[in-house]
Amino acid sequence: MRIAICVKEVPDPTAVKRIDDGSHRLVRSGENTLNPYDRHAIEAAVQLKEGPAPDTEITIVTMAPESAGRSVDRALAQGGDRSIHIADEAAAGSDLLGTARVLAAALKRESFDLILLGQQAADSECYVMAGLVAELLEVPCITQAASIALADGSVTVKRQVETGYDTVKAQLPCVVSVSDAINDPRYPPLPAIMGAKRKPHEVVTLAELGIDASTVGAAGAATSVGGLSKPAGRGDTIVLEDDGTAAEQLLAFLVEKKVVA
Amino acid sequence: MAGIAVLCEVQSGEVSRGSIGVLEEAGRMGAALGVSVDAIVCGSGLDDAKLAALGGFGASTVRVADDALLASGIAQPVVDACATAQEAGDYRYWMAAASIMTADAMAGLAARLGAGIVIDAVELHVEGGALVTRRSGLGDSVLAHCGFVSAVGVVVTRANAMAATEGNGGTAPVERFAPTFRAWSQAVTLVGHEDAVETGPDISAADVLVAGGRGLGEASGFSQIEELATAFGGAVAATRAVVDAGWYPYSAQVGQTGKTVTPKLYVACGISGAIQHKVGMQGSGTIVAINKDKNAPIFDYADFGIVGDLNAVVPQLTALVKARA
Ligand SMILES: Cc1cc2nc3c(=O)[nH]c(=O)nc-3n(C[C@H](O)[C@H](O)[C@H](O)COP(=O)(O)OP(=O)(O)OC[C@H]3O[C@@H](n4cnc5c(N)ncnc54)[C@H](O)[C@@H]3O)c2cc1C
Ligand SMILES: Nc1ncnc2c1ncn2[C@@H]1O[C@H](COP(=O)(O)O)[C@@H](O)[C@H]1O
Repeated sequence: MRIAICVKEVPDPTAVKRIDDGSHRLVRSGENTLNPYDRHAIEAAVQLKEGPAPDTEITIVTMAPESAGRSVDRALAQGGDRSIHIADEAAAGSDLLGTARVLAAALKRESFDLILLGQQAADSECYVMAGLVAELLEVPCITQAASIALADGSVTVKRQVETGYDTVKAQLPCVVSVSDAINDPRYPPLPAIMGAKRKPHEVVTLAELGIDASTVGAAGAATSVGGLSKPAGRGDTIVLEDDGTAAEQLLAFLVEKKVVA
Repeated sequence: MAGIAVLCEVQSGEVSRGSIGVLEEAGRMGAALGVSVDAIVCGSGLDDAKLAALGGFGASTVRVADDALLASGIAQPVVDACATAQEAGDYRYWMAAASIMTADAMAGLAARLGAGIVIDAVELHVEGGALVTRRSGLGDSVLAHCGFVSAVGVVVTRANAMAATEGNGGTAPVERFAPTFRAWSQAVTLVGHEDAVETGPDISAADVLVAGGRGLGEASGFSQIEELATAFGGAVAATRAVVDAGWYPYSAQVGQTGKTVTPKLYVACGISGAIQHKVGMQGSGTIVAINKDKNAPIFDYADFGIVGDLNAVVPQLTALVKARA
């Protein structure tokens, strides 16, 4: 079985966030890290390999600047066998559609049985990449999987919907995005971290994928950002570090605001 | 000029309130753009007379695709239906209120049409003869003004962002159309469904909600949440992460896919504050957050935040609240 996992590098959620006033893009200086939601997709693949599909090869696929190599290594350490890293300056500024076009072109070159994604990227919180990629590949798509089972060339997924839980089934190949409740990703042991660099890394350009650069990146973006503004906030927030008295201070606050009698 | 299509979702036999809110907002945008708005409804065994009432919320035509393939809430057949509607209607914009199904359907449609897509729009405006959305980013710390370069633009609005009115009682003509279904769109089948069962107190009615997330560590962590809720005379709420993990029942879930709640007091314990959780509880009177990560987004919309270990803070708070009673 051949599994591809699309992973994204995102600004460290614990770092200070900023959007550049000029370019309107997220400032990616400071630490970047593997999208935490994608670690659940990698863990899901590893569990399939450890269980029902031992002959599985896991390929990590990302579209990101060359500097994202560290996040690719991190994904490989967690269980990837090889990586495809689409690194091309012309891909910078891709919107959702552009990113999907690039990922789909890379995925199309090979025949993957299962293509996994995270539920969303921690920076954009968009949760639609799976639907875009699946449509471009013309394969079935299942999002927000809370569990995945494989049998007889098909995948069965339990997923939450507004009215409860659905169990859905699709023939492979299939695109599946996984919920962050599907598993508890393991931390890779040190030898796996050390070994990641020695795994096959393929760095490819848009031209090598046969992508017309004018259809992706900033040049091919189908959406545009024309300005930024501040949303109406909730007002003042009191935040304090617990020194053992926080519960008391909170209760005093609630009493003063007459929330608690 | 080509107009606006609004995908109106039918859930449990009714067009969702969220869809109606977006239809009305689309009507305002259509008026400013000088174009009409069509409601697109997909399902099986739909009642045309009932759907005609969408005319009272701004639809000039209700276009209905009725097919067994559209009965199960699977998104890809809906992509096909929307694509068929697009061929006839040549719409400039597509809109839908965010749900599990509609977000996937709009993603598929955007890919099929080569259309730009904006997810989680919180406001819509007309500027310079075109639609411009407001989409919040970075945990709602900025609003990006996103417009479209592509011929068609697709917008999914944030759950609860557009409230529905009672409408003006008008009706619109209903026209049925037959979608052209693609092979891959028929490849996902529904093999089972567990209906959400209402258990415990109705969290939408509670004055105080104490909510637990993955920071509780394990299912048994909910016992301290229950104790605090009891001390407050309130009920227990939960995030999707812990509901999906089986730590707490679905009927306690707050957020985009769960319930929308507006208690006087909402105490979020071990909850990061993802947008999809926030949309279900941001209307609460006073919001308290207890989280050990000082950068957790929940602090951006709390009134009172405690950076600390909930295992220390929650029992102390429970004891203090009990002592007052
Ligand atoms: C389409 C879609 C729909 C969704 N619908 C919903 C929905 O309806 N409702 C919903 O809730 N989510 C929903 N989600 C999921 C949402 O995006 C988040 O994944 C989810 O809300 C995270 O839950 P959490 O806060 O419990 O877990 P996490 O994000 O893992 O957060 C746990 C938090 O606990 C803190 N913590 C850990 N240990 C401690 C401790 N000892 N003391 C204090 N703090 C601690 C951590 O710092 C962390 O911030 C949806 C997602 C998608 C894509
Ligand atoms: N540039 C990218 N490269 C590879 N995968 C990506 C990229 N952007 C998004 N993804 C995948 O799409 C998922 C959802 O992202 P998004 O829809 O942008 O929130 C992520 O969890 C990743 O699995």
